[in-house]
Amino acid sequence: MPERVLKNLRGIGHEVVNGIWRLGYASRFFLLTLARSATSFRRFGLTIKEIYFAGVLSLIIIIVSGLFVGMVLALQGYETLQKYGAAEAVGTLVALSLTRELGPVVAALLFASRAGSAMTAEIGLMKATEQITAMEMMAVDPIARVIGPRFWGGVLSMPLLAAMFSVVGVFGGYLIAVVLIGVDEGAFWSQMQNAVDFRQDVVNGVIKSMVFGVAVTAIALFEGYDAPPTAEGVSGATTRTVVTSSLAILGLDFVLTAFMFKGI
Amino acid sequence: MERTVLDLWVGIFVAAGIAALLVLALKVGSAGTTFNVGETYRVAAEFDNIGGLKVRAPVKSAGVVVGRVDDIQFENQRFVARVVMKIDQRYQFPKDTSVSILTSGLLGEQYIGLEAGGDSAMLKDGDKLKITQSAVVLEKLIGQFLYNKAAEGGAK
Repeated sequence: MPERVLKNLRGIGHEVVNGIWRLGYASRFFLLTLARSATSFRRFGLTIKEIYFAGVLSLIIIIVSGLFVGMVLALQGYETLQKYGAAEAVGTLVALSLTRELGPVVAALLFASRAGSAMTAEIGLMKATEQITAMEMMAVDPIARVIGPRFWGGVLSMPLLAAMFSVVGVFGGYLIAVVLIGVDEGAFWSQMQNAVDFRQDVVNGVIKSMVFGVAVTAIALFEGYDAPPTAEGVSGATTRTVVTSSLAILGLDFVLTAFMFKGI
Repeated sequence: MERTVLDLWVGIFVAAGIAALLVLALKVGSAGTTFNVGETYRVAAEFDNIGGLKVRAPVKSAGVVVGRVDDIQFENQRFVARVVMKIDQRYQFPKDTSVSILTSGLLGEQYIGLEAGGDSAMLKDGDKLKITQSAVVLEKLIGQFLYNKAAEGGAK
């Protein structure tokens, strides 16, 4: 009996030590990426290429999802609001939900599964085929040359994608509420403009999406760099990227919201 | 992919993103009314009860928004609420303007209504408005109504 207890305890201890070690490794990796990111700006062409892969290629999914999220919000909001004779407030509802929460969060979730997983798979495969080792052999720093541009490409793309998601969503809400249902157009926009505050809602949404961008790209790059150099290793790392970054987005969103909107 | 095509796409992407931010700021939000901070003057007023008035609530005169509530504090010497308003410099009001807290709609938000007086001197930055009317508290109103009904019943 005591043998078994000891074994279980040792198992728990092993997990905790491993987890903390990995966390420390990830933080060092993150700091190293920041410290060696000068290359990403000196050779900005590299970063532009990564903005293309992370940002431009995510545009379609971001725009289509934003449009549908806005349209569904308007339909559902209208259903409830018109019971209280406040159908014009549907613009406020759509715009506030999108700028404060849904824009940054859903765009970041899509970004994690569209661009984050691709980054992890790419870097994991580069490692499995020993391209990263080959770079080190040629005295090229893989963190400066491979990781840095991807990191900055993702961080720069994320706020822009989230802003586009919100704008397209508001447009979708406008299509449903004004064009389809026939809510008064002037009231739709003016109530929205009265309720949405630039500093409180728009800027806070942008800050959120920046934080999510840093979190998602850092997680994706670390998982790729840390992946065991096998087919299973890369597939496991890709899965972990999506799961971990989605959880990180939702957790960070709660913390940021609690700080930003505590007085309201 | 060729470098120039890549640059073009990224350029379009970044331009569209910045345009989206501008739309959020100007069309969805109301950055226009928050930015003109330099062109306002501040006046204060004291109320016995401000009801549900909040900071950033509109200040209206004749139904037109002329300013915003800037600060609300409790005055501990005389136990009243001290409300500071920022009013647009373009709109000048006489010194004896009366201030009241009104409600838009039955359950709507509360705002401050300004009613111009007849004084020839205009309000300046830092002035205090003396004629104020507090917010209507529904419970007090109902209580008063019931009390009047009871008094009528007793008189008969």
